[in-house]
Amino acid sequence: MKRIINFYIEGFKSLQSHGIKLWIIIMIKLFIIFFILKVFFFRDFLDTKFDNNTDKSNYVIEQLTKQ
Amino acid sequence: MVDFDVALVDWSRAQFALTAIYHWIFVPLTLGLSFIVAFMHTMYYKTGDEEWKNMTKFWMKLFGINFAIGVATGIILEFEFGTNWSNYSWFVGDIFGAPLAIEGILAFFLESTFIAVMFFGWERVSKKFHMLSSWFVAFGSNLSAFWILVANAWMQNPVGMQFNPDTVRNEMANFFDVALSPTAVFKFLHTVSQAYIIGSLFVIAVSAWFILRNRHILFARKSILIASVFGLLSSIFVAFTGDSSASDVAQTQPMKLAAMEALYDGEVNADMYTIGVLNKAEDNDNFTGIRIPGMLSILAFRDANAFVPGVNDLVNGNEEQNILSAEARIEKGKIAIKALADYKEAKKQNKNKLAAEKLLEFEANYEHFGYGYFNNKREIVPNVPLTFYSFHIMVGLGLLFILLFAWLLYASLKQKIIQNKFLLHISVWSILFGYIASELGWVVAEAGRQPWTIQDILPVSVSTSHLNVGSVQTTFFIFLGLFTILLIAEIKIMVTQIKIGPDEKGGSHV
Repeated sequence: MKRIINFYIEGFKSLQSHGIKLWIIIMIKLFIIFFILKVFFFRDFLDTKFDNNTDKSNYVIEQLTKQ
Repeated sequence: MVDFDVALVDWSRAQFALTAIYHWIFVPLTLGLSFIVAFMHTMYYKTGDEEWKNMTKFWMKLFGINFAIGVATGIILEFEFGTNWSNYSWFVGDIFGAPLAIEGILAFFLESTFIAVMFFGWERVSKKFHMLSSWFVAFGSNLSAFWILVANAWMQNPVGMQFNPDTVRNEMANFFDVALSPTAVFKFLHTVSQAYIIGSLFVIAVSAWFILRNRHILFARKSILIASVFGLLSSIFVAFTGDSSASDVAQTQPMKLAAMEALYDGEVNADMYTIGVLNKAEDNDNFTGIRIPGMLSILAFRDANAFVPGVNDLVNGNEEQNILSAEARIEKGKIAIKALADYKEAKKQNKNKLAAEKLLEFEANYEHFGYGYFNNKREIVPNVPLTFYSFHIMVGLGLLFILLFAWLLYASLKQKIIQNKFLLHISVWSILFGYIASELGWVVAEAGRQPWTIQDILPVSVSTSHLNVGSVQTTFFIFLGLFTILLIAEIKIMVTQIKIGPDEKGGSHV
């Protein structure tokens, strides 16, 4: 386990400037995707409206069959 | 009938298309370049030649830049399913979820574990394990693509499932029917092999640029040789898998095939159009250009005398060919929708006998279910000129790539590549056309299958969530901004590293 951790530490330590830049981009991107977009803009539509699967299926069937 | 907000549907579609198109800028390069890097790495492992090591490191660095910028952009598509397409997401049930979950658990972890070894492993792990990790990354990323394409193929050809009217979800009846349907297999093979073309064109474009600048000549010549062999094999394979895919489309999505060829009135011994333009007329005389007699019948059914249905046959029906009209299917679809509603109501009131009758009625008409959402038979026709031109430009470029790779290979073997400035200039620009062909392939697949989210079962118009249009517009522009920034960052970092060139002293890594 220690060897694996050291492998990663050594790997990150030896990064060149463009490698560091890429990791910064990855971190910013993941933060935007998971902590801004997912939390504020992309909540699961059915999860936000209903607590259980029965209510969800009733809602969807109503959507699909309303005349 | 069910009402839906056209603006909401259009913005949701536009957002999904935007995200998918941007995502597809990064993916094919990852898929293609990974195998080229793995091959070079293997050559270094086998020969110990420092030149191979330099090549591996340089292309691995560019692979890493693309991977880093592109990683997780596909997750956004999954967010969109839950938010913008909730009716669809619920309706598909575990069929769509299972391949995506397998992709996430198996392939992604395989890929992401070994990518660390690939980049950090120089002089830290054994040479053999390091080389194998490059192959694991290549196979892992291609395995990821397989599961995503299985999910997409199921939407184009829904098989291996059973609809549960109580939960209103499709349930997987046979995993192997879903994962190994001909649509999924051909789609995977066609998609990844065209990604290998992108990888090859990228290596060729950068290497040609080096030669034109009179830099890293040996490195560039060797890279072009490898990429042209890989590209030639891939582009020939793409032609075969494209042929198989088109034949599969003829069986499962005849309207898409009719749109791809702008075939309005079906015929036996149907011609295939090559180079030319469409006229406005919606009949079979709508094309000015070169036709190959009988080729479409052969492509679709392997028989020059086979009947290929046209748009009008599928809309108006053709008794002789046993094709039901769209009007008849709309009627049956409406019966299915009403039967489903009545079934649910009867169940609620504990009228089990009535529920059983309605369920039988529903099941008898389920294959037409999606048609019940249309009021006009012409609604089942996709955008014919868009599908036609996308298909023909893609095929035309695909054939040109075969010639380009063959020419490059010939010039490389004859050691005439450095003198041929014209070929080098074409090579530099070829990557742009590779991307055009690649994106157009998705336009054919996705625009050509309209108006369906799930072929014949669920139209796009009823797949969306009831959201405020403004919120979809907002996220559309957020994505436009975010992806554009990522693309600019990718190009900028990539161009900087290309300008620096390979470290011929065998230096550092990403």
